Amino acid sequence: MDIKVNVRESEGDAYVVDLTGEIDVYTSPKVKDAITELIDQEHYNLVINLEKVRYIDSTGLGVLIGGLKRVREHGGSVSLVCTNPQIKKIFDITGLVKIFGIFDDEQSAMKALA
Amino acid sequence: MNPLEVPNTTSGIVRLSIPARAEWVAVARLAVAAVASRQRFSIDEIEDIKLAIAEACTNAIQHGAPDGTIDIECELRDEELVTTVRDRGLGPRLGTVNEERIGEMGRTEELGVFLIRALMDSVDYTSDVRDGTQLVMIKRVSA
Repeated sequence: MDIKVNVRESEGDAYVVDLTGEIDVYTSPKVKDAITELIDQEHYNLVINLEKVRYIDSTGLGVLIGGLKRVREHGGSVSLVCTNPQIKKIFDITGLVKIFGIFDDEQSAMKALA
Repeated sequence: MNPLEVPNTTSGIVRLSIPARAEWVAVARLAVAAVASRQRFSIDEIEDIKLAIAEACTNAIQHGAPDGTIDIECELRDEELVTTVRDRGLGPRLGTVNEERIGEMGRTEELGVFLIRALMDSVDYTSDVRDGTQLVMIKRVSA
């Protein structure tokens, strides 16, 4: 089990973090490191693409929440791209749909940052 | 009796022990999912089981004895799966979760426990100094 993390610059000052694989207690530190590095470089508008994520647990959710908290301190935002019904269900039952913008495609997620 | 003549049944018990380390949690959740797949669970229900077992193991790693072992027992009964996760530590009390506030930022420590409760049909938790922590989770096949 592993997670692949790809970071790329997008429109404006936004960055996209593409994640592929499974985010759990073992792999979530790698995701956290990537998000932390972007924020440390003063990039506060992030799209996190979960399209190729097959699984996420509470530690993964915690990393996303931690990232959102930090960017909001600087007036930034995090949008998520996710269409996997099982993962959307996790955001739904935990109430995290209320604090994250969750979109079906990257374009919509990017637009929400503007 | 010839073992090959035993009627096909889905009942049975599978036991697994893993080191209480993060890299082993995936093994636990996949093993339990394989057991669950022998019952009439839907794919969504098996995903629920996988996540609940992983959360229980993560809880054991975070609050259990360092360098310990997590013991997992799966009992496949008629129309339900009973999974017991044991460790030698004293994990956090499951009853402390405030469900109305779970989505608030900064309350991530409660997410795992909340997910276990939300995804499984029954959750029973015991913890004491002598026996450590035991979490019994039941998932029933939906009608």
